[in-house]
Amino acid sequence: MAKPKPRVKVPKTAAKGEVLEIKTLITHKMESGQRKDKKTGEKIPQKIINKFVCAFNGKEVFSADWHPAISANPFMSFYAVATESGTFEFTWTDDDGSVYSKTAQLTVE
Amino acid sequence: MNESKQYRDVSRRQALIVVGAGGLAAAGLTLLPQAASADAAAVDAAIKGLIGGKTPQAGRITLDLPQIAENGNTVPITVEVDSPMTEQDYCKAVHIFADKNPQPGVASINFTPACGKAKASTRMRLAKTQNVVAVAEMSDGSVYTAKAEVKVTIGGCGG
Repeated sequence: MAKPKPRVKVPKTAAKGEVLEIKTLITHKMESGQRKDKKTGEKIPQKIINKFVCAFNGKEVFSADWHPAISANPFMSFYAVATESGTFEFTWTDDDGSVYSKTAQLTVE
Repeated sequence: MNESKQYRDVSRRQALIVVGAGGLAAAGLTLLPQAASADAAAVDAAIKGLIGGKTPQAGRITLDLPQIAENGNTVPITVEVDSPMTEQDYCKAVHIFADKNPQPGVASINFTPACGKAKASTRMRLAKTQNVVAVAEMSDGSVYTAKAEVKVTIGGCGG
């Protein structure tokens, strides 16, 4: 499977105190562990992203624990208050321990 | 003679229908409540495990879900909790459950006061027509819950 590709949409600039909408998406199969291999009839083992975290300047803003019921190519949107200029860091943790990450800059005017 | 035969036929047919319906109803009675209660019980147990002995109250949660989902593989869900989101009073977490999925847990969303708004959207899988339950934990320890039914045309698990 191709390496998961994260995508985030964060405004580049914002006014102080503004509530921003952040949209994230990552390409991932999110194998639920319920599907069966059509040839062998055996269950395909579960392999999902189980944790998503968004931090701003090193401080956690938002996080989510995902279960197999989250769709493939998981999408997540949420909100954050613009307090100062800085960096958003997004991390996705896979069942196999790999971590996918992405950053976005925000300038507060 | 002809008339009476006809009458007899009808009555036999009716009898068959009655027996058939009775049989179906009996089968339904033995199968359905067990399955439903097991799943609802699993959701209840999962909620209890998260919130302890607190009693969830209704209200404060807005669950935005389609009434009918054609594709159970990607059902959009938006959950919003009415909360000022200040350091003193904010929504800590929202847990989402689907009571007839193979595993009832869907997601746990953790908010902080830095979110500004306790609102989040994602997409989930639903195996069949069922209730989606959201449980919100507030910073003062109170717990709120909301429920919505989604009719699923094509299930989104297995295959």
